[in-house]
Amino acid sequence: MDELRDTQDVGELIQYIVIKLGDEQYGIDIKYIDNIVRMQQITRVPQVAHYLKGVINIRGVIVPVMSLRLKMEMDPDEITDKSRIIILKAEEDTLIGIIVDQVNQVLTLGSKSIEKVTYSNDKGKKINSFISGVGKYEGGLVSILDLNMVEMEEDKANK
Amino acid sequence: MDVSQYLGVFLDESKEHLQTLNDSIMQLEQDPENEDVINDIFRAAHSMKGMAGTMGYTNMQNLTHDMEDVFSDVRNGTLKIDSSMIDTLFQCLDAIQAYVDNITESQDEGTETNSNLIKALADIRAGGGAAPAAAPAAEAAPAAEAAPAAEAAPADGPAPDADATKDYRAIKLDPEAKSNLEDAKASGKKIFGINVKIQESCILKAARAFLVFKGIEEIGEIAASEPSTQDIEDEKFEFNFSLIITTDEDDVGKIRDIVKNVSEIEDCFIAEMDPSKARTTEDAEPAPAAAPAAAPAAAAPAAAAPAAAPAAKPAAKPAAAPAKDGGGKKPVGKPVVNRTVRVDIDKLDVLMNLVSELIIAKNSLISAANSAGIVSGSVNEQIEYLESVTTNLHESVMKVRMVPIESVLQKFPRMIRDLNKSLGKKMELTMTGEDTEMDRTVVDEIGDPLMHLLRNSADHGIESKELRAERGKPEEGQIFLHAFQDGNSVVIEVGDDGNGIDAEIVKNKAIEKGIVTPDEAAALTEQQCVEFLFHPGFSTAKQVTEVSGRGVGLDVVKSKIESLSGEVSVKTKLGEGSTWQIRLPLTLAIIQALMVVVGGEKYAIPLDSIQSIEDVAPADIKTVENKEVINLRGSVTPIIRVSKALDTVSTKSEDEDLVVVITRKGDQQIGLVIDELMGQQEIVIKPLGRYMSKCRMISGATILGDGEIALILDTNQLA
Repeated sequence: MDELRDTQDVGELIQYIVIKLGDEQYGIDIKYIDNIVRMQQITRVPQVAHYLKGVINIRGVIVPVMSLRLKMEMDPDEITDKSRIIILKAEEDTLIGIIVDQVNQVLTLGSKSIEKVTYSNDKGKKINSFISGVGKYEGGLVSILDLNMVEMEEDKANK
Repeated sequence: MDVSQYLGVFLDESKEHLQTLNDSIMQLEQDPENEDVINDIFRAAHSMKGMAGTMGYTNMQNLTHDMEDVFSDVRNGTLKIDSSMIDTLFQCLDAIQAYVDNITESQDEGTETNSNLIKALADIRAGGGAAPAAAPAAEAAPAAEAAPAAEAAPADGPAPDADATKDYRAIKLDPEAKSNLEDAKASGKKIFGINVKIQESCILKAARAFLVFKGIEEIGEIAASEPSTQDIEDEKFEFNFSLIITTDEDDVGKIRDIVKNVSEIEDCFIAEMDPSKARTTEDAEPAPAAAPAAAPAAAAPAAAAPAAAPAAKPAAKPAAAPAKDGGGKKPVGKPVVNRTVRVDIDKLDVLMNLVSELIIAKNSLISAANSAGIVSGSVNEQIEYLESVTTNLHESVMKVRMVPIESVLQKFPRMIRDLNKSLGKKMELTMTGEDTEMDRTVVDEIGDPLMHLLRNSADHGIESKELRAERGKPEEGQIFLHAFQDGNSVVIEVGDDGNGIDAEIVKNKAIEKGIVTPDEAAALTEQQCVEFLFHPGFSTAKQVTEVSGRGVGLDVVKSKIESLSGEVSVKTKLGEGSTWQIRLPLTLAIIQALMVVVGGEKYAIPLDSIQSIEDVAPADIKTVENKEVINLRGSVTPIIRVSKALDTVSTKSEDEDLVVVITRKGDQQIGLVIDELMGQQEIVIKPLGRYMSKCRMISGATILGDGEIALILDTNQLA
């Protein structure tokens, strides 16, 4: 193992849960994940941002659920039996659920095999993106979700 | 042993003593001759000095010591109370409060020595004509008197079967300790035996004992104790313990003072002893030596102590009087006084959460039994039994968490007194209902809003002397605070007989601040204008004063009260005064609610906001100013279609009768149109979390028996 690291330095190894939204694959750092649950009945909360679908009961705690698709301005979710809610640990021990189309696999990537990306619009100005980088592995490419971005947006929506 | 473990006790007691001092000094201001009050003050100051000393807070000790000297002069009649002296004393209390606050935060009293205050105290004493030495002398005198008496007391030896915890002479030394004692005596040290009795009402006996030990260790060494140090630390003793000490100190009175400086020490007996006569473990063991049954026999030596020491008692003993006969006559056993336990509020929170979980589990069980179609009588019986147990459990836990609102109110008389001086007005505060109980968390939060309302009354409400005279009102302005329980809520009213609120001024100010347009304002009722006072950033004070009027105020009061699920309203009459009313729920976590269905979704409405439920035919709905109203037994009641407010669609057809839940919003009634009633249920309120808190109509959520979530409607916000 030591030899391997000497010859092929991949940097810090991080595990990602790979999920699917539409045709794209996204990776979520496993340290942010509290739990993955099957789709269940979501209680709607009136007068909140459109991508907040409501609340669910996770072990007696009320957890808000948002649609990642609506948040990322994609088509609305089509709930299938592969749909899952990923419960993320946000700051201050609060939980938030995100709806994904399906959960594929667990992937271990070295930090060096992830390429940082910043998206810019036509005028070269940096635009908001939910992606912090793109990881390469044998099976292809996986976009790494920037959860800070997801949550920061949340606070803005709240103000 | 480490002092820090007694920090909590120290802080609690310091606060209590500070409060006593505050109250008593105020009383003294009214009635300077009252000896009982002077004695109370003296005791509180004395205990505080002792405590600060033991904990090693020297600055605090010095200040309290000098205060005590002043009180001592007052008590001896060499000093007369005057108002400048009272002011100085209050400043001292504030300084001590600052020490206590520092200690609370950092365990350190800070470096402020308050030398100016100490000098002011010295000036008071000098001005009063008392020789500076008078106080120590006065203090020393009773102790000195007591000393010979005490020394005379020991009889020829202990009763053969005396309880060693009550009499040091019965302590059995191991031979080595005995020879050490003999050596110490030979080298010129004094050897004393001390019997200490702690008040039976004392909660933390071990802490008291430890403070005694610590005090003694400053002047000498503890050669032996009964029970052992370890047992005392573990609180394995009744209310007596005894010590044998070696010291260079030869003044019995001084040792006595050290012991008596510790709070809740009922009595102590000190005498020099001769180590050669001490018993050793090798001596023949007298039959039932330390058996509790020996208590009556032990009465002989123990009773001698209180008889010998009464002269010392008035000098140092807080609250010793009621327990005067406790010396040894009572059989050792359970104290008669209320036994209380101080419990960390966090532990109660955990307990409350567990009760909440239990209630949810109970609800689940009921719904599981229903859906499984169990009709067996015995299952239902057991479920009903479980239900009554959980309800009682909830009530009991709630009661444990309830504290009298008094702890918050007691600082207000002092505040109004200070405002009297700083505002140059004459005001009197009357309070009733201090014993009204509320949930601890609410009581902790309610202080600031109440203080704000009282300051408002003092500053803006009560008119100047001249204006009051002109209006034919008594010179002294009346401010009142009434607390009382009303059903499931607690109502606190704060008001004054002052100027009242001028709706016109408020309205103009609101227009000026751009809160309303002049056109809108014209249509407003007086009451609606007054409500602008709660608008953020609104302050009508012409001048910003130190007391109130910084522009943050009533809106903060309002949001604080609302965060506690309460409401605040105001009634006012120009020229006659205003009354602010705060209404708070008794408990925050678990409530009775009416479950309803709107647009296929389940919602909970808190039961205590509901007045009645009505069936209304569609034809009975009228419109007034484009708003739907119904005529409910003569009063016009606006109705709200809850389905519309919640962005959903009612499942009922238009020609069906409407189910209307009539709720109370302040003084108003509002009808909520819902689709279906489900019934009453005990629910546990859970927060929605910050992502969802945007929605003001929903005050929280609850988990139903089947695990489903129902949202709780905030009827105040629906209008």
